[in-house]
Amino acid sequence: MARPGPKEQRYDRQLRLWGDHGQEALESAHVCVINATATGTEILKNLVLPGIGSFTIVDGNQVSGEDVGNNFFLQKSHIGQNRAQSATELLQELNGDVSGNFVEESPEKLLDNDPSFFNRFNLVVATQLPESTLLRLAEVLWNSNIPLLVCRTYGLVGYMRVVIKEHTVVESHPDNMLEDLRLDKPFPELIEHVQDYDLERMDKKDHSHTPWIVIVAKYLTKWFSEKSEQLPKNYKEKEAFKELIRQGILKNDNGTPEDEENFEEAIKNVNTALNRTEIPRGIEELFNDDCCLKLTEQSSSFWILVRALKEFVANEGQGSLPVRGTIPDMMADSNKFIKLQNVYREKAKKDTAAVGSHAAKLLQSLGKAPESVSERELKLFCSNAAFLHVVRCRSLAEEHSPNSCSRDAIISHMDNPDSEIVLYLMLRAVNRFYKQHGRYPGVYNYQVEDDIGKLKSCLTGFLQEHGLSVAVKDDYVHEFCRYGAAEPHAVAAFMGGAAAQEVIKVITGQFFLQYLQFCKYFGVLPLTGLFCSVLLAN
Amino acid sequence: MGFEVPLKPNHWTLWPSERRAQGDPSGAGRQDGREALCQGSGVSLPCVGAGCRHYRLSRLSRRCPRRARRRPSRGTVGSRGNYGGWEKKRRRLEELLADGMAVDGGCGDSGDWEGRWNHVKKFLERSGPFTHPDFEPGTQALDFLLSTCKVLVIGAGGLGCELLKNLALSGFRQIHVIDMDTIDVSNLNRQFLFRAKDVGRPKAEVAAEFLNSRIPDCAVVPYFKKIQDMDESFYRQFHIIVCGLDSIIARRWINGMLMSFLHYEDGVLDPSSIIPLIDGGTEGFKGNVRVIIPGMTACVECTLALYPPQVNFPMCTIASMPRLPEHCIEYVRILQWPKEQPFGEGIALDGDDPEHIQWIYQKSLERASQFNIKGVTYRLTQGVVKRIIPAVASTNAVIAAVCATEVFKIATSAYVPLNNYLVFNDVDGLYTYSFEAERKENCPACSQLPQNIEISPSAKLQEILDYLTNNASLQMKSPAITATMYGGNKTLYLQTVASIEERTRPNLSKTLKELGLVDGQELAVADVTTPQTMLFKLHFTT
Repeated sequence: MARPGPKEQRYDRQLRLWGDHGQEALESAHVCVINATATGTEILKNLVLPGIGSFTIVDGNQVSGEDVGNNFFLQKSHIGQNRAQSATELLQELNGDVSGNFVEESPEKLLDNDPSFFNRFNLVVATQLPESTLLRLAEVLWNSNIPLLVCRTYGLVGYMRVVIKEHTVVESHPDNMLEDLRLDKPFPELIEHVQDYDLERMDKKDHSHTPWIVIVAKYLTKWFSEKSEQLPKNYKEKEAFKELIRQGILKNDNGTPEDEENFEEAIKNVNTALNRTEIPRGIEELFNDDCCLKLTEQSSSFWILVRALKEFVANEGQGSLPVRGTIPDMMADSNKFIKLQNVYREKAKKDTAAVGSHAAKLLQSLGKAPESVSERELKLFCSNAAFLHVVRCRSLAEEHSPNSCSRDAIISHMDNPDSEIVLYLMLRAVNRFYKQHGRYPGVYNYQVEDDIGKLKSCLTGFLQEHGLSVAVKDDYVHEFCRYGAAEPHAVAAFMGGAAAQEVIKVITGQFFLQYLQFCKYFGVLPLTGLFCSVLLAN
Repeated sequence: MGFEVPLKPNHWTLWPSERRAQGDPSGAGRQDGREALCQGSGVSLPCVGAGCRHYRLSRLSRRCPRRARRRPSRGTVGSRGNYGGWEKKRRRLEELLADGMAVDGGCGDSGDWEGRWNHVKKFLERSGPFTHPDFEPGTQALDFLLSTCKVLVIGAGGLGCELLKNLALSGFRQIHVIDMDTIDVSNLNRQFLFRAKDVGRPKAEVAAEFLNSRIPDCAVVPYFKKIQDMDESFYRQFHIIVCGLDSIIARRWINGMLMSFLHYEDGVLDPSSIIPLIDGGTEGFKGNVRVIIPGMTACVECTLALYPPQVNFPMCTIASMPRLPEHCIEYVRILQWPKEQPFGEGIALDGDDPEHIQWIYQKSLERASQFNIKGVTYRLTQGVVKRIIPAVASTNAVIAAVCATEVFKIATSAYVPLNNYLVFNDVDGLYTYSFEAERKENCPACSQLPQNIEISPSAKLQEILDYLTNNASLQMKSPAITATMYGGNKTLYLQTVASIEERTRPNLSKTLKELGLVDGQELAVADVTTPQTMLFKLHFTT
């Protein structure tokens, strides 16, 4: 790899997180942001800086004094001008690589006149949108299969919901992954490699520089022949196995054990190294998913590869996923370590090739070009085979329908009256207020008192309509009136960071979009311990 | 700016004695009042932590506006205390309004425009069920932010840029920022106050210029300096200090500085000596925020063990049995560079010089190929040499937003501050978790307890040195040890000056007894991790 160009230098710190291919995906994406509110421009800032390909702001509003007060990308001189244009101007100067565009039109008008307008984007972000507009937009995007991220700052409450039919993740970058060493099911090449070692007949130096993986493998053979046919499983057996290894430490002339770091490492690793090699449940589920079982011409390469993986497991893999091909660093001399590393690497290559040939057959039977799955894609897929991830969520329409609103889940969450779900219920009540009164509650000081009652009746109406027999504390009604739809900058900035990160996850196909599992039902971002701890008296 | 009252540095304190001095009878009964508030008849906020510290905390910020008056005032006594200063301001504001000045409902700054602070004011001018028990709605809190409150931002990097923006748009104006760094190209992916044309210029200065030009009436004051270059009187002038640092040593240093301000009277902490510290940190997609109220909540030293130890490869691995590409790079950096001095004698390796990195990269490739090690790249080389921590705009945005919110809460008493440690991670979904980090009873920085070293008189000085550097709650870097003996100070060991190091090195292999140290002897230890000399008392074991 040569010396980095200016772009690589600029993006160096993030390339270390999502790699050149993640950056490539980001640079070819076009994102639409509806409303250049503080929340909207903060999200955009965090996308423009890392170099998103292009963005388009849709906003029919004129800049108000209030807007300039909480928005870093609007200035006093912009007051009265179009908000999309003003914000684009100041956001664009953050990064010359990014193409910034704006449309001086309200989303409502665009939905009326040209709903196909939204089809050109990889993702649409909607900020601070009234519910009726949001639902119309969500339907259009859902039908065109374009991901939507709903983001809202309401007082001290942040709300975020990703609406996406299906999102597949290959590189989830798990935090604490166990090594894939196959000590319980050693493959022939590993057995052969371990057999090359004779711990009994080594000189002291070689003995103390033998990698711990080899030591554990050696003593497992001994365990099987002397103690049991089963792997050491419980605490007692593992301790006995550790003792067996400890016996193997060389002793000096006086009979005291030498200081052998590699043996210490072996003993330390017994607990995790003997894990059984199995297919994670999540991966089993993918194997049985309809998308895997019924491949069509429309199938994505992800699902074709899942099917190829499944066939590998049933055949060459003999019930296991492809070997990952990496080992952790350990006490060993260079030669021994590299040789062992190569045993795993070569096996991983071989397994990957086998998955590749299943994929090639599948592609052929589907009438697709063999190149439609690249070598790089195949390799990434195989080395991440244990961590594949699929997210599916419900449409916004489904979530909002009284017939399919996750009633039971909401009620059970409300067993705790200060559960974050209460924020969701309140936001829905606020939306109802807006629908009835054409404004949000408590915008002006003089309205607060009166609006508390009005908001409460909106809440009651909403709960009744959705068959939600839950009690919401009056304090929450009061608090939401107090917010008066304010969008304090720091909360908008928080949401800007969190939402931009989710956009990057959707675009790069990396990392877990996990709270979708929560959002799938509700769509509230739990800001536990933070703004919620302020709000939720716990 | 009609009634801006400059705050006299180091004067936002004096409470409740000041209160009594001003003839407010409620000052005397504060202790009881505090408890009543926290037990909360009808107040739904629980008191977080022992001793109802949040009540006291909130007073910190309350104190400021009163202090700002400079002249004692006997203005209107409010239902909960003496807010004469604010009352007076309010009246002056009414006068201004009556004069027909174009101001927006309650904000008397001529530079403001209609609606400018509407988003902030809703939180300050309205009562609510979840506010701090001590909160009183009104215009005074915003006035305090706009005209009095002085905040120091340490670090103008990824977090610093965000912090400055967040504070300025939340109503803070007197913001000082200190940073010793200049701008590098690799900062531009997140440090949004800088442009390519600014590369090489001081971060603090560029950040201040940008903010002051973008946000009317914002008065950011930059310092292109190390935090260690500034003295006590500098730090004492601030109401709140907020850190966006990437160095643990710097955090420890500023923590030590603020702890040294604490003043106790008859063993009782004088709240007026407290300057709250908000500390943010990020690494990739992870981050944390902590609120440190010196003397009341856990400080940086109390929780030193929470920082992961720096991982260094063993020398024997680097020198004779490399296995990873990183081992090869470290070999070239640590052993080959000083030996070959490729860019001339005495020229130190500069991680920002592409020629230097290129040289390390080439040599590392050579070494790696000798051992059949794969994976040395330019990017990895630079990462290892500079110990680069990955960073991205979004995480900085989140962490800085939390920090700024905490500053806002403490300055306005609007809400109860975070108690006291928040962890954030958005690799795996989006995860936040907060907990109360506990104070360490014998914390070397904030406990008031003397630090003891139990040791045998026949131990060598080296053992004391090892203790100071290896002990998990001390983790000193290059401690200098001095003893007071025979009526003078005697340097036992000091390593930062080569000549003294050479002269004192033989002491390391002497026993304490040989050095003339006695049971109960006090040792003064200086180190980069603290601005104060630390005292340790020797307790001889037999």
